[in-house]
Amino acid sequence: MNAPTVSFDREGAAPVASLQGDWTLQGLEGRIDALRAALDTVEARAAARWDLTGIARIDSLGACLLWRIWGDRLPATLDAGEHTLAMLESASALGVRSRVTPPTTSFDSLAALGRAGLSFARQIGDLVALIGQLLLDLLHIARRPQDAPLREISANLYKTGVSALPITALVGFLIGVVLSYLSALQLKTFGADVFIVNILGIGIVRELGPVLVAVLVAGRSGSAMTAQLGVMRVTEEIDALATMGVPRSLRLVLPKVLALVTALPLLVLWTSSAALFGGMVAASIQLDMSYGFFLDTLPRVVPIANLYIGLAKGVAFGLVIALVACHFGLSVKPNTESLSSNTTRSVVSAITCVILVDALFAIATRHIGLPGG
Amino acid sequence: MSAPVIDIRRLVTRFGTNVVHQDIDLSVAAGEVVALVGGSGSGKTTLLRQVIGLLQPDAGQIRVFGQPLFSGDALADRRLRQRFGVLFQQGALFSALNVFENIAFPLRELRWLDGAIIRDLVMMKLAMVELEPRHAWLMPSELSGGMIKRVALARALALEPELLLLDEPTAGLDPDRSAAFVSLIRTLRGQLGLTVVLVTHDIDTLAALATQVAVLGERRILAYGPLDHVMNVDHPFIQNFFASGRLQRAPDVTVR
Repeated sequence: MNAPTVSFDREGAAPVASLQGDWTLQGLEGRIDALRAALDTVEARAAARWDLTGIARIDSLGACLLWRIWGDRLPATLDAGEHTLAMLESASALGVRSRVTPPTTSFDSLAALGRAGLSFARQIGDLVALIGQLLLDLLHIARRPQDAPLREISANLYKTGVSALPITALVGFLIGVVLSYLSALQLKTFGADVFIVNILGIGIVRELGPVLVAVLVAGRSGSAMTAQLGVMRVTEEIDALATMGVPRSLRLVLPKVLALVTALPLLVLWTSSAALFGGMVAASIQLDMSYGFFLDTLPRVVPIANLYIGLAKGVAFGLVIALVACHFGLSVKPNTESLSSNTTRSVVSAITCVILVDALFAIATRHIGLPGG
Repeated sequence: MSAPVIDIRRLVTRFGTNVVHQDIDLSVAAGEVVALVGGSGSGKTTLLRQVIGLLQPDAGQIRVFGQPLFSGDALADRRLRQRFGVLFQQGALFSALNVFENIAFPLRELRWLDGAIIRDLVMMKLAMVELEPRHAWLMPSELSGGMIKRVALARALALEPELLLLDEPTAGLDPDRSAAFVSLIRTLRGQLGLTVVLVTHDIDTLAALATQVAVLGERRILAYGPLDHVMNVDHPFIQNFFASGRLQRAPDVTVR
C-alpha cells in the first residue's frame, strides 16, 4: 500500500498539483486531515493543472474528498486515468444528492403532539376492541364448550401462578417483617402494642397484598406475555395461526386473561398469608406477642369484608395486567426496537393501571370493612 | 499472478458425527466471481460462513488475503474483516435504524470520518445501488424485498471491500428484479474491481455472474472451473443439477 501524497511543481506561472498513492479508505486513515490541509493552501487553489495519473487506487472516499475540495466541480484541466475519472464521475452526483435532507416541516413538534394524541386514542380503541373480542369468544365458548382452550389455560395457570409461588412468598414475608418491625417501634412508644394486629391485618389483607402481587406479576408474567405475543408477531406465527382458522384471541389472549384472573386472587391469598406470617414473627420478637394471641385477635379486628375486597382486587388486577400485556404484545411491529419498547410500555402501563384501579377501589369501598365506616 | 484472495486448505467440518466437508481445497484468485453450488445440506452456506469467520472449521485452515481469520490479535482480525463485505440472504439490516444509518453504521464504527463525509459516502453508495436519496429516511420494515437487498449491498460496500460475499443474492426476488439485481452486481464488480464469492441455487444468476463454478457434493468439491467446463463433467449430481436448471428456465423462454 502506498500512502497518498500531494506535491506541487512550478511549470511556468501557475503550479501543477500532482497526486500519488492510494486514495482509499485504508490509505487515507490517519492522513485525511493533513491532506485536506495540504489541498487547502493558496498554492493548491492557484493550481492550473491537476495531475491524477500518479494515483494507484481510488475509491468513493478519495473521490468524495477531492470533489469537495474542488468545490463540487471538476478542475478545468485534469489528467487522470480512466478508473479515477469514473470514480470522480460517480461523485459528481453528490452535488444534488447531499442537499436532500430528512423531510421535516416547521410544524414537526405540533405534528408529534397530534400523533401522540391519535396514537393514544388508537390504543384505547384497540383495547376496547380486544375486550369486545374476548366477550365474543366467551359467548362462543358458552355455545361450543369443546372449543374451550383448556390446555392453554392450564399451561398459563402454571406459568403465571404456580411458578410465582416462591418469589411472592419470599417478598410477602419480608415486607410483613419490615412493616411489623417499623410499626412496632412506633406503637411501643404509645403503649399501643396490641394494635399491631389491626395495622398489619387491614393493611396487608386489604391493600398491600393485592398491590404487591400485582406489581410482581406485572413484571414477571405481563412482560413475558407481551414478549411472547410480540415475538410470534415478528416471526409471523400469529398469521400462520390465523390461516389455519385458529382465532388468535381465542387461543392466545383468552387463556392468558382467564388464567391470570384465576391465579391472581389465589396469589393474593398466598402472599397476604406470607406477609401476615412475617409480621407475626417480627411482632413476637419485637413485642413479645405470642403467636396464639396474634392469630386469635386477627379475625376479631379485621372484618371478613376486607378479605373479599382483597380477593376482588386480585381479580380486577389480573384482568388489567393480562389485557394490557396482550394489547401491547399484539401491537408489536415487526422489528426488534418495537419489541423491546412495547415490553417496557406493557409493564409500566400495567403497574400504572393497577394503581389507578386500586384508587378506584379505595373510593368505592370506603364504607366497607373499616372500623369507622 | 498475485496471491489468492481466499485460500482454503484441507478444510474439515463436522456437525456431531455428520461430516460435511472432508479435506476441501479451494483457492479464489483476485477478480474472479466464484459461485458455490450444491444440493441442500452440501455445506455451501457453512463454507461461506467459515470464510466470513462466523464459524471455525474443525480442521484445516482458511486464509483470506493471505492472513488467517483467527490470528489471536483482535485488531488484526478486525482489520481483516473490514476488507470484505457480506450480503446476507435476508439482508440483515438493523431494524432499529433507518436506511441512512444502516449504511453509515460501518463508517461511523471506523471513528475517524466526520459527519459531512459520511453523509457524502452514504449518498454515493445509495446512488451506486440505484436508490433514490429520499429512500434514505425509510425504515427497513418499510422496504420491499428488492430494496432490502440493495440497501444491504450498499452497506456491504460501505467500507470499500475488495472481496464481496453473497449468500443467495437473488433468493426471494421475482425473475425481473433478480435479473436487475444481478446486472447491478455485475456493474459494481466491474467498477470497483471486486472479487466475489456467492452461494446460489439459481442457474440464471450463475450463468450471468460467475466466472468460476465450484460444485459441492459428497463432502468435497466435485468440480471447479468455468461454467461450460463444469457443465460437461460426467457426474450424476452435476448432470442432474444443470438439467433440472434448464427445465426451470424452459417456461420462461416459451413465454417470451
